[in-house]
Amino acid sequence: MMNHSQPHGADYNYTVVRQFALTTVLWGIVGMSVGVLIAAQLIWPQLNFDTPWLTYSRLRPLHTNAVIFAFGTSALFATSYYVVQRTCQTRLFAPALAQFTFWGWQAIILAAAITLPMGITSGKEYAELEWPIDIAIAVVWVSYAIVFFGTIIKRKTSHIYVANWFFGAFIITVAVLHIVNSMAVPVSLWKSYSIYAGAVDAMVQWWYGHNAVGFLLTAGFLGMMYYFVPKQAGRPVYSYRLSIVHFWALIALYIWAGPHHLHYTALPDWTQSLGMVMSLILFAPSWGGMINGIMTLSGAWHKLRTDPVLRFLVVSLSFYGMSTFEGPMMAIKTVNALSHYTDWTVGHVHSGALGWVAMVSIGSLYHLIPNLFGHGRMYSTSLVNVHFWLATIGTVLYIVAMWISGVMQGLMWRAVNSDGTLTYSFVESLEASYPFYFVRFLGGCFFVTGMLIMAYNVYRTVKAPKDSLPALAEAKAA
Amino acid sequence: MDYGTLHGVITIVVMLTFVGIFAWAYSSRRKKQFDEAANLVFSDEDSKVMKDSGEQK
Repeated sequence: MMNHSQPHGADYNYTVVRQFALTTVLWGIVGMSVGVLIAAQLIWPQLNFDTPWLTYSRLRPLHTNAVIFAFGTSALFATSYYVVQRTCQTRLFAPALAQFTFWGWQAIILAAAITLPMGITSGKEYAELEWPIDIAIAVVWVSYAIVFFGTIIKRKTSHIYVANWFFGAFIITVAVLHIVNSMAVPVSLWKSYSIYAGAVDAMVQWWYGHNAVGFLLTAGFLGMMYYFVPKQAGRPVYSYRLSIVHFWALIALYIWAGPHHLHYTALPDWTQSLGMVMSLILFAPSWGGMINGIMTLSGAWHKLRTDPVLRFLVVSLSFYGMSTFEGPMMAIKTVNALSHYTDWTVGHVHSGALGWVAMVSIGSLYHLIPNLFGHGRMYSTSLVNVHFWLATIGTVLYIVAMWISGVMQGLMWRAVNSDGTLTYSFVESLEASYPFYFVRFLGGCFFVTGMLIMAYNVYRTVKAPKDSLPALAEAKAA
Repeated sequence: MDYGTLHGVITIVVMLTFVGIFAWAYSSRRKKQFDEAANLVFSDEDSKVMKDSGEQK
């Protein structure tokens, strides 16, 4: 399976890392473009062309699945396979199984891209895929765990580097979450019903949903952070001890935060309060990790001026800090009474998704791709810089628009006249949101443009002749 | 033991575990070991065998 020449006997298996790194860019463009299309549909509904499979209701799960499971998870596969080999100083365990995880995962993405627009869905947010695909995911995921932990077992180093702890927690927890939440009774090949009912179903769903955020979109990407930030800054992590406390505190707390998605619902009141309190405490390890990442640059701040890759990584940590402050605030019941079901939630998700997840992945890829293809740097550092600004401006436009729109919606929905009737109809709040929907659409366009520039830069780097892209002198001296 | 007492006991056990992890991580005996661990991200470059990744050179 795509063997490549190996100059030294003991070097690393990069085939699967390369495959996942390149598909990350591809699925990033696809998933984010679908996002821009549905953002445009909210302003110009005609853009569904009266075609069922182009309707917002079917494309929205396609967008979320594509960016989380195709883009984000491919980035996690690529970086975890790379980091585990390099920090364990050994080759990947079971390379054929690693290849299976790649092709298996691509087949699952393809199945999602076909079934979701057809309207085939189990109706669970972020877990829409029907049962045959769910089984395939479980099989690929267990293979992933075997490859990853097999590599750790055969490591040549005595210590297991902290990044691998985060990747490991992410792999195990996602397996548990996926299998428990996807338990369903099939009634036909493409239709099944959850084995849970009522409030229990809702709780299981959001236990899954919030820990998909906590372990896939946070722990996994923190693993990325703990390798690529020190590597790109040329300095070891600020405090290794803090990273240990960070790890245990984060994984112990995240698992309890799910009920904050169900405030003021049929969920028992004490469960809601527990979820709120745990979400508030979660602020501490989140910021501990962010500070640990950012402080890694102490003494190397000047590198931010010349290195746009490092800038991606550090700005992603700033967005991470921002959204992990915002999250606990929104989990407070009284704040949630205003924010829930409004665009504020959408803005919060994207400050995490674009600002943190996408930017830390992009930064890591810009470090990874030259290394994977035998170059010292990307084809064009100034294009990386252009991408950085497009991504930052796009994210800020998006989240600011959604904040304003969300708070406005929350205030309009709760406004009552002195006789107790509602001051505004729902449609009035929708009309008031239009300008912000346009700004959000614009932000999305910025972000996708950045991804297209990245694709060009990656293409030129991969195709560049050997030794034509030496590392910059300053980076080498560091 | 009733439910409330059990919850109280679990809370104390979890709290002590956290304090234990904290003390373990910050004990001065492990400083050297953790400094080495923190440098693992760079040791892949120093090693002769591992030097240079994949197909380069």
